[in-house]
Amino acid sequence: MNQAKKTYRNFWIIIGIAFISILINFPQKLPIKINFGKINWEHTFYRPGLNFKLGNINFNKNVDLKYGLDLAGGVSLVFNIDTTNIKPENLSTALESLKSNIERRINLFGVSETNIQINKEQNQYRLKVELPGITNVSDAVKLIGTTAQLSFKGEVALPPEATESATFQDVFSKDTGLNGSHLRQSSVQINPTNSQPEVKLEFNEEGTKLFAQASKEFLNKRIAIFIDDYPITYPTVQNEITDGVAVISGNFDSKSAKELSVQLNAGALPLPISLIQPSQIGATLGQDSLNKGLFAGVVGLIIVSLFMIANYGKLGFIADIGLIIYGLITLTLYRLIPVTLTFPGIVGFILSIGMAVDSNILIFERIKEETRRGRDWNVALETSFGRAWDSIKDANTCAIITGLILFNPFNWSFLSTSGMIRGFAITLLLGIIIGIFTGVFVTRNLLRVFAKEKLSVKANKLKANH
Amino acid sequence: MKFRPLFTIISLIFITGSIFSIIFWGFKPSIDFTGGAIWELSSTKINGNNFKEIFSKNQIELKEINSFGNNNYILKFNDITIAQKDALNNNLKEIDTDLKELKFESVGATLGRELVEKTIFAIILTSLFLFLFIGRRFRDFSFGTSAVLAMLHDTLILMGSFSFLGHFFGAELNSLFVTAVLTTLSSSVHDTVVTFDRIRELKRQTYQLDWVKLSNQAVTETLTRSINNSMTIIFMLTSLVFLGGDTTRWFATALLIGVICGTYSSIGVAIPLVIFFKKHTKKK
Repeated sequence: MNQAKKTYRNFWIIIGIAFISILINFPQKLPIKINFGKINWEHTFYRPGLNFKLGNINFNKNVDLKYGLDLAGGVSLVFNIDTTNIKPENLSTALESLKSNIERRINLFGVSETNIQINKEQNQYRLKVELPGITNVSDAVKLIGTTAQLSFKGEVALPPEATESATFQDVFSKDTGLNGSHLRQSSVQINPTNSQPEVKLEFNEEGTKLFAQASKEFLNKRIAIFIDDYPITYPTVQNEITDGVAVISGNFDSKSAKELSVQLNAGALPLPISLIQPSQIGATLGQDSLNKGLFAGVVGLIIVSLFMIANYGKLGFIADIGLIIYGLITLTLYRLIPVTLTFPGIVGFILSIGMAVDSNILIFERIKEETRRGRDWNVALETSFGRAWDSIKDANTCAIITGLILFNPFNWSFLSTSGMIRGFAITLLLGIIIGIFTGVFVTRNLLRVFAKEKLSVKANKLKANH
Repeated sequence: MKFRPLFTIISLIFITGSIFSIIFWGFKPSIDFTGGAIWELSSTKINGNNFKEIFSKNQIELKEINSFGNNNYILKFNDITIAQKDALNNNLKEIDTDLKELKFESVGATLGRELVEKTIFAIILTSLFLFLFIGRRFRDFSFGTSAVLAMLHDTLILMGSFSFLGHFFGAELNSLFVTAVLTTLSSSVHDTVVTFDRIRELKRQTYQLDWVKLSNQAVTETLTRSINNSMTIIFMLTSLVFLGGDTTRWFATALLIGVICGTYSSIGVAIPLVIFFKKHTKKK
């Protein structure tokens, strides 16, 4: 493929990327009304969803921008997890249980888009819960802070006329006296005879007695296990169990068996947690900061665009087009990855726009220099890109190093895992990487297509005058 | 590089100024560092005195109260439980039923200490990585050391400026300030690297051995780029400082100071240091 063909191929790639980005960033609903003399046209455009089939895989991706708590409003809680009374070998299971337990509570509460994280900060495990849209911090604390209650309830025979309207709680209304404190541990094991996964429950001393009684009383009947009045399983008792080890078998696959075991442990092994950092942000404050931030960004962008045109004329204009494509790609990636946008994140984005222009300036200054030395414009363009690349690479590596330390991708406990700092780091990192791409690939090819002929004529004229 | 004495004077003034400010005025750390709580409320009926009354009635010490915007208040206090906050909220609602909570944030004291430790660690780690990177890239000890010293110069001035801004304008040091410091480290090195690259390229092309002449040429050739590039970043940040709202005003200000320092220090600090090191090592 010769250079000209390559340039045009790249040009169409750029147009393609820009087009896809525009589609993805299209508002969900865009009503347009045209009233012009006799022409009356009304149409509402909808963003095409990202639902398509590729072979047997269904793609269905929600591409809405996700806003962090500081912009959307909501409650964020940080808890210390007390791990002093737990054996190290049980720790990871216990932490997992804790997380799934809290997830379940929140789901019961009907909060969507929640974020639950467990981080190790120095020698302390921390639980961080983010609840967008919740306005009252004390409700949230009550919801999460209380420990789960596990209870075992036996089936009672209901009179036939009542069975239709009976609820689950009515059917399983006989309390066995067993609760989470009696369960020592739950684990998954494989049945040696049929190789099916099953869930094993081990009771403590008191639990063993109570369970022996219950299994006698409810032999061939069902016992339901509730977590916070929410039934999670209701196996039928097949024989009397006196040794304190019960096995629930059934149609488990290894995943569902593990889930059940984790849920049982959640009731059985709740690690004590204590609140250390509650915070709550009203939705109005968030909306206000978002609008102001976006406004500042747009104003800054306009000034930068004008500055580029004033300094570099036509080149500057092409750089501005590159900048618009940069913005579109960035927003698209925010939607696809997805990046949760926080206010520091917006600052990172705005800062990275300023930095993205840098590669252009580096190259344009080089082009100026080279043409001043009397080189043909086309040659100047290509050598400048080649030479400037070294500087662009080095300078951006430094920024990427800093970005990575701020983002702390491996959750190192000696570095910050704060959402604010990460929100800034992720947009800055993405900005730098996309900035290199647009600065080097997009602008270069746009220049090759648009600025080639006229400018090289100019350069030739300059040469002729000399 | 005929301006070298001038640069030395400028840098010395700013560095002593910063050290002076840090020693005499210290910093104004936010609850991110000290622990404590802030509560932002909006009310048309309640004024500062009402707040004080209600707080003393509930026996909670109110450390500071500031008003901003239209009827918005920021209350600061040392320590508060959720139950105490609920009680206060109920008392306040008796006076004004339309009371709006804008924001509530409470930070445990241990978190504050951790943030300090993590900040120091992150700065050391970043400096170390950048030092190694530049050292490797330029295979020259003087370049790496100069770049890192210029970087520390910028950090010190940024800290000094915030001590000054804190004393006179109430700028607080929070976790975002930490982010700004680290970003300054990278933007400081960013410009330095571009200039160093040019020195290296010129050295290869011209076989020039006089570091002063080499540096002069490199600086002249990259000056427009450095200034133009910084201008674009400065435009974006200035726009944020003035239009971006209260939440990140100081954050944007810190980044702005960092960028300006970074641009200056690559020419005014890093290059003179390289020349100094080269001269010094030659004598040996």
